[in-house]
Amino acid sequence: MSTSSVSKGCFVFKPSAKKKKTHKKDSLEDYFSHGCEGADNSEVRFKLCQDLWDQIKTDTEVLQDELNRKILDSLLDFTRKCSSTRQHSDWASQMRASEIPTAALVLGVNVPDHDMTFQSLSELLQQSVSPHVASVQAKECGALKHLMKRVLERLMGTVVTVDDEEEEEAEQIQLHKSVHCSLNTLCDWYNTKTKKSNTVSPGKKRSSPVRDDPQQPPVVVIFKDFEAFNPKVLQDFILICSRYIERLPLMFIFGIATSPSTIQHMLPHSVSSLLCIELFQSLSCTQHLATVIDKLILTPHFPFKLNGKVMQVLISIFLYHDFSVRNFIKGVQLALLEHFHSQPLSALCCKKKEALLNVMQLSNSHLERIRHLPSFKRYVEKQEPQEQGNLLTDDAHLKDVCQNLIKDLRKYHKNYYPVLRCLHTLTSSLPRYPLGKQVRELHLICLEKNVWENEDYQTAMKLLKMLAKDELIALLQRCMETLEPVKSKKMKSALVQLKDLLAKLKQLDTVAAETLPCPEDCITSPVKNLQKKTDLFQLQKTLLEMNESRRAKKLSPFEVLRNEALEFMDGLVKSHLSPPETQTLYEVCYYTSSATVRRHLNATPRTSIQAALSSPYYYLQNESLKTEDGTVSNAAPDICIAYKLHLECGRLINLYDWLEAYATVVSAAEGNHPDSEHFGKVEEVKHARFIRSVSELEFLGFIKSTKQKTDHVARLTWGGC
Amino acid sequence: MTALLEHPGYEEQRLRSSAEKLPSRELQAGMLLSLMGQPQQYSYPSVFIYGHRASGKSHVMQVLLKELELPHATVSCVECVSVALLFEQVLLSFFGCDVASLLPRSPSLSDFVRIYRQQCSQTPAKQTRYIVMEKAELLRDTDANLLPALLRLQELVEDNVTVILLSEIVWDKFRPNTGCFEPLLLHFPDYSKAELQQILSQDRHPSYSAEFYSSYINILLGVFYSVCRDLRELRHLAALNFSKFCEPLAEGKVKETDTHKLWRNIEPHLKKAMQTVYLREVSSLQWEQMQQMEEKESGALRGLSAHTHVELPYYSKFLLIAAYLASYNPARTDKRFFLKHHGKIRKTNFLKKNEKTSNHLLGPKPFPLDRLLAIFYSVVDSRVAPTASIFSQISSLVTLQLLTQVSHDDQLDAPKYKCAVSMDFICAISRTVSFDIVKYLYDFL
Repeated sequence: MSTSSVSKGCFVFKPSAKKKKTHKKDSLEDYFSHGCEGADNSEVRFKLCQDLWDQIKTDTEVLQDELNRKILDSLLDFTRKCSSTRQHSDWASQMRASEIPTAALVLGVNVPDHDMTFQSLSELLQQSVSPHVASVQAKECGALKHLMKRVLERLMGTVVTVDDEEEEEAEQIQLHKSVHCSLNTLCDWYNTKTKKSNTVSPGKKRSSPVRDDPQQPPVVVIFKDFEAFNPKVLQDFILICSRYIERLPLMFIFGIATSPSTIQHMLPHSVSSLLCIELFQSLSCTQHLATVIDKLILTPHFPFKLNGKVMQVLISIFLYHDFSVRNFIKGVQLALLEHFHSQPLSALCCKKKEALLNVMQLSNSHLERIRHLPSFKRYVEKQEPQEQGNLLTDDAHLKDVCQNLIKDLRKYHKNYYPVLRCLHTLTSSLPRYPLGKQVRELHLICLEKNVWENEDYQTAMKLLKMLAKDELIALLQRCMETLEPVKSKKMKSALVQLKDLLAKLKQLDTVAAETLPCPEDCITSPVKNLQKKTDLFQLQKTLLEMNESRRAKKLSPFEVLRNEALEFMDGLVKSHLSPPETQTLYEVCYYTSSATVRRHLNATPRTSIQAALSSPYYYLQNESLKTEDGTVSNAAPDICIAYKLHLECGRLINLYDWLEAYATVVSAAEGNHPDSEHFGKVEEVKHARFIRSVSELEFLGFIKSTKQKTDHVARLTWGGC
Repeated sequence: MTALLEHPGYEEQRLRSSAEKLPSRELQAGMLLSLMGQPQQYSYPSVFIYGHRASGKSHVMQVLLKELELPHATVSCVECVSVALLFEQVLLSFFGCDVASLLPRSPSLSDFVRIYRQQCSQTPAKQTRYIVMEKAELLRDTDANLLPALLRLQELVEDNVTVILLSEIVWDKFRPNTGCFEPLLLHFPDYSKAELQQILSQDRHPSYSAEFYSSYINILLGVFYSVCRDLRELRHLAALNFSKFCEPLAEGKVKETDTHKLWRNIEPHLKKAMQTVYLREVSSLQWEQMQQMEEKESGALRGLSAHTHVELPYYSKFLLIAAYLASYNPARTDKRFFLKHHGKIRKTNFLKKNEKTSNHLLGPKPFPLDRLLAIFYSVVDSRVAPTASIFSQISSLVTLQLLTQVSHDDQLDAPKYKCAVSMDFICAISRTVSFDIVKYLYDFL
């Protein structure tokens, strides 16, 4: 593997989506149907895809709001409290009057995810605490001047409402006129603003009843990415703000990605002593992901499913690379789009009623596709010969069967998830987690192959057979709770059985007390024998006998019941947790191309560049470039030849030798005879081409100029020949 | 009690009230007053006042100028991103905002002087005008002509104006090498313990007696004076711990006069607070909550600094580990640590004498990106494709300030980094991926 200093990526912060109203909706559809597999029902699929995505999007947004609710609520309380204590004149708050209240909000390292949190935070603040909220990002505040300008712009801009346009203009003029904006301006503005809301239009401004004190709403400044700020700028800003704290009820919120101790790293004591910092910790992103997977993936509500490999790719990108839930959802979106784009039968991937309707509208070609699906072929092979014939020839019959199969698939999903959760509740508390700590790990195992054939499953079952009674009851109780809301028939009957078992287990307490002593008697007798003097052989024999007798020993009623309960669970697992590949028509719902997802989400630019340079045929698809592996045709582009030749060199490359070698290769390509006069001669054109390819290689970062030796360049990659 | 300030030309009443507001600074205030002379008299062109933080420089100036109602402009040099802002503020407070708007865009010093002269010919000063510049050390970074000009502004504008510079740095560090007008120097010494006691006792709690609060301050100073003499910090500590001090009173266990019992009660809390002095990690509310928690758990004190745990993606952790190794190991030893068959390297040869000094004492060294990646690939246990996201993780580690980029911003030409995390941090990180980092560190061989 070779690596160079060149390919150095960075986070892409996409520009905020601008409103493009001119963009028509159907052009999106055009994109979708362009190059789409089986174009005739692309409209249906496009619509399904969009609906599903909209649903996923709204669901995740709701979910995120719920997850953030706790921390946002506490932040809101904090701001309210701060603004109210300013008015009160008790001793403690007087003592801190000179400090700026600051909330340090620790959000985790996935910086791109924070946008949404801050968005909802500032909306909430504006609704319920104060209309004066400004959030700033580090990249737009390189110098104190800019930071100041942004804060002022956002504060004054947000409050200006439509109905007082005159004032807006006046303010704009003022802002433009005073070339340098200072907090003094802001103070004046704030005073006029608050005064006006008190006197001129008291009714209008107090429309929101939640606001504690309409007289003095705090001015909140949110620093979205605290770490990225230039410390000097931040320090100066805080120093300035503290000068105005008596006139302006300022408040800061720091969005911290790493740990709160960065505050001390960035701000010296003289600055941090001006702040009154309170700490807020948000949910960790792994928990966040677990909830998203729980609500989005492990549910029968969404007909669209990911197979094990795709799930694996998405989860490993999350865990290994970015910790970003937003990117995970984007990955799901990509899979969704790809699925509907490339699979014509995805028209059936929707709600039950629609799916049944869509089955009836399938065209001939689609039915033919169904017949070619591997899962359907397997299904056909299991049928009677006559039925087989019918399925392969009679379209109407096929449609009927398809409807049933779709229904079966739905039932499979309906039963799969509750049983999965039950199994997870049972195994997640076992020592060393044989089937994973998280439900998603178990899900992945189940998607892979029959879970009951897994070794870990056997060990888990063995461990479960050693559970104490109260533990078992508690676990079964929780299983029952997961099964309760499920509406399918099978789950209902399973629930009844489970309840039965639980009742029996609970009854044991009363019954068992009497029957318990008897088995002890039979065990004690051989032990007594043991105490006599015996030889080694005898001892072994008796021990074996004891062992035998213990094994054959009558199980206690609890053990019988425990085995019964576990067998029942085992039966549930075996009947419902078979991998989706065993289901007929699973291709309709499951997206399987993990390679596509990986290629799109986890790009390898270096590998692509190297592939292009070492085997140009891969991209150019020109027959003349086709070669055996490892070699480059001499008709390849100049840069490929230069690249190939440079691989043969050491760390320093003599430019003249390189040129000679290049000229030789190119002459051969031009068809010059090796013995002819001009062979290998460096003429002007060749020279120029060579120079160009060398500078291209330099641009790509494979070489760089060096001062160590004259006429040499240094290689920046290692490896090669 | 406070010695009275006396100076002809000012009202007795005002002098007395300002003296009350300036405890333990009577000497300096008196000195200043005599420098300023009577209001209508010309004063010395520039005065330079220096002293440590929280030694009352700004406070004294502010009180004097406000109480005696002298025309003045107070400017903080931090706020003046450009000189224009400075000029504007001065003109604004002397002549009103109409004049301030006369300044052209990006004004020069001569613009300022021109407008000032023009204005003061219309409204000549009846009293000395004062320009107070806080944090004057920042003036050194502005245009070279600004500081010398300010020092002799009186001459330039031909008006009764005095510039007062406030700084924490001595004048010697200011003097420009071209020479300038020497201002009068005035030093504000640190407060003594008794003075601190007197000042802190002033902000007493309204529902308790002055003696009670003063005895509290006495206890507080007894504990903290040896480590912290910053008035501001002490005031913070006083506010932080007072409620705890009053607790037995509120419960009715002791009387206000029973100092000894109160001392016994508060002492352990102050000891705890001692660990976080100067850190300002938590607000008073969280402090109280934490103290309550600790009473239950009796665990160690945890402030902001204790929350150093950072969750990182798996490969980011390894990148950080690789960066740490690259920063603290000499590049020469990479072969020994990361090559399977590195052959026998003689120990004497390997441990060079001049490298005996711990690399950890010297701090992190810069390393190029390729070395980081080479170590990364040999440290991480699985095969990792060099995907874009691996590289983007390096960038995000830089923005999180766990790595710092030391070379120029040009990404094409072998960027260099330094690892900016501590040993404890990296040990915690490597423990989570079960990687024994100490085995790979040259210093611990």
